[in-house]
Amino acid sequence: MRSDARRGPRAGIALKTAALGGMLFLHIPLLIIVLYAFSSEARSFTFPIPGFTTKWFAVAFERQDVRDALGLSLRVAATATAVALVLGTLASAAVWKSRFFGRDAISLLIVLPIALPGIITGIALRSAIAITEIPFSFWTLVIGHATFCIVVVYNNVLARFRRTSGALIEASMDLGANGLQTLRYVILPNIATALLAGGMLAFALSFDEVIVTTFTAGQQSTLPIWMLSQLLRPRDRPVTNVVAVFVIAVTFIPIIAAFYLTRDTHDVSGSQK
Amino acid sequence: MVANGVPAVRFEDVSRLFGDVRAVDRVSFDVADGEFFSMLGPSGSGKTTCLRLIAGFEQPSSGHVQVHGINVEGVPPYERDVNTVFQDYALFPHMSVGENVEYGLMIRKVPKPERKKRAEEMLDLVKLSGLYARKPSQLSGGQRQRVALARALINHPRVLLLDEPLGALDLKLRESMQAELKSIQRQIGITFVYVTHDQGEALAMSDRLAVFNHGRIEQIGSPAEVYDHPKSVFVAGFVGQTNLIERELALRFGGTAGTYAIRPERIRIEPLTAPLSPGLAAVEGRIGGITYLGSTSRVLVAVDGGEIVVVETNLEGGTAMPDRQPGTPVRLVVDRKHIQSVAA
Repeated sequence: MRSDARRGPRAGIALKTAALGGMLFLHIPLLIIVLYAFSSEARSFTFPIPGFTTKWFAVAFERQDVRDALGLSLRVAATATAVALVLGTLASAAVWKSRFFGRDAISLLIVLPIALPGIITGIALRSAIAITEIPFSFWTLVIGHATFCIVVVYNNVLARFRRTSGALIEASMDLGANGLQTLRYVILPNIATALLAGGMLAFALSFDEVIVTTFTAGQQSTLPIWMLSQLLRPRDRPVTNVVAVFVIAVTFIPIIAAFYLTRDTHDVSGSQK
Repeated sequence: MVANGVPAVRFEDVSRLFGDVRAVDRVSFDVADGEFFSMLGPSGSGKTTCLRLIAGFEQPSSGHVQVHGINVEGVPPYERDVNTVFQDYALFPHMSVGENVEYGLMIRKVPKPERKKRAEEMLDLVKLSGLYARKPSQLSGGQRQRVALARALINHPRVLLLDEPLGALDLKLRESMQAELKSIQRQIGITFVYVTHDQGEALAMSDRLAVFNHGRIEQIGSPAEVYDHPKSVFVAGFVGQTNLIERELALRFGGTAGTYAIRPERIRIEPLTAPLSPGLAAVEGRIGGITYLGSTSRVLVAVDGGEIVVVETNLEGGTAMPDRQPGTPVRLVVDRKHIQSVAA
């Protein structure tokens, strides 16, 4: 934490207590989830935990259903993110650079999937999949997740583009670089951190998504779906917690990294190369 | 100015339309090889569009643009032998000063040691030696301007385009950069096409200048021609200060009906008692207000049918002279050759 000379008046004790209470309310459940991952009691959650063990990590790692769900989630998240990086960047470049009929409408339509309730996107995709008789597969999941992954990439990259002078592209062309060279040497370095941040957010969103997944997965089980099923049919309860700890880690780290990467863009884009 | 050679830039009846707007309207001109040519005009007059037509960022709607005798319609910017210094410099923020300067060489795959050497030579030329490793964000406005210049010159273009390059600098810096740009142009001997809305800048630097208004060229000529013999009311008013003399005042000053322009510094204020020399036009009036401007003073003289501005050099005393008091009756005299007939 930096000390800031321009602070306002100090908060009173009541406000501090309320703020602390709010923080605890939000985060104690997370801590309890982590705590139960180390509980030696397999059938039910008791507090305080009867004994401390790390064996569930080994058990979770050995279980084929966990491995399958984890593998599927990682592959879907990675592929949806990759698709979103390409399509989101192209869309934001088009909206930034050109003036065409329906530009604002397209901008709205791209952002819509994240504004709409996931259940709407889910039902819409499900009926589309049914009508076209596409079998549920890895790719239906990827398409479902890409709809909202594109949004975060699009927003991040568009925000960066809007702070980038269009004259940079002209300067590059003026100095002899063709389109591809300009992309490689000027555009990509300038939007690199926005791509990284957007990509990590997209990955985190996809990795723990439940609603759209439910409608596009068919019989497949991603990690969040697997966890839901474990709540109903518990076996080795702490294994679920181990997986939860893993999910927390996988989603938390990119979000924090994205936050720090975009917080002070000038430093970041200046410090590379 | 145009020697035996092919002109560096030639516009043949060029128009550029944006929708219904004629940004450039049937413009023709030649820029000679090695010339410092300025395009002067208010914003929206089409001068920047002309520059972008040369650079290749715009294509003419009709007419032909030639660079060194070759039609360049359809030739992309990266295949043209011209480089641009952009208005906001457009330095690449993620690259160091040196990487910015050698960008053109990097694209042409010149090996690193060679291009570093040449970038450092360029930085010497623009007096930025030793700033190779800095980031553009660490430089002042004037320094960024020099980096942009070095970057545009490193490819040895045959024509350098400059889009209001000094616009963002303060007055002092602008004046020293004007002299420096001019000396760099002489040193390397390439054609400069310079866009500005600052008439002082255009007069100070150009071999020739074109005055733009509403997408057309109102007048082309040397700074002295354009200043002393403005062809239109617009040119007379845009380039320098002027007195526009019309109607009955025109009859008394010029002898015939019409519109005339007289530069304020061409007019002399005389006491009524002074003998009237032949060959001079004269009107009588009264001193109105006097504004002291340091090296000069601006004197408003009320005459029958209007008001005339006179700029006097403050040699000795200036406004302190006893007859420069508001209300004093005076005679204004001007050599007839300085009364310029202009098209309305």
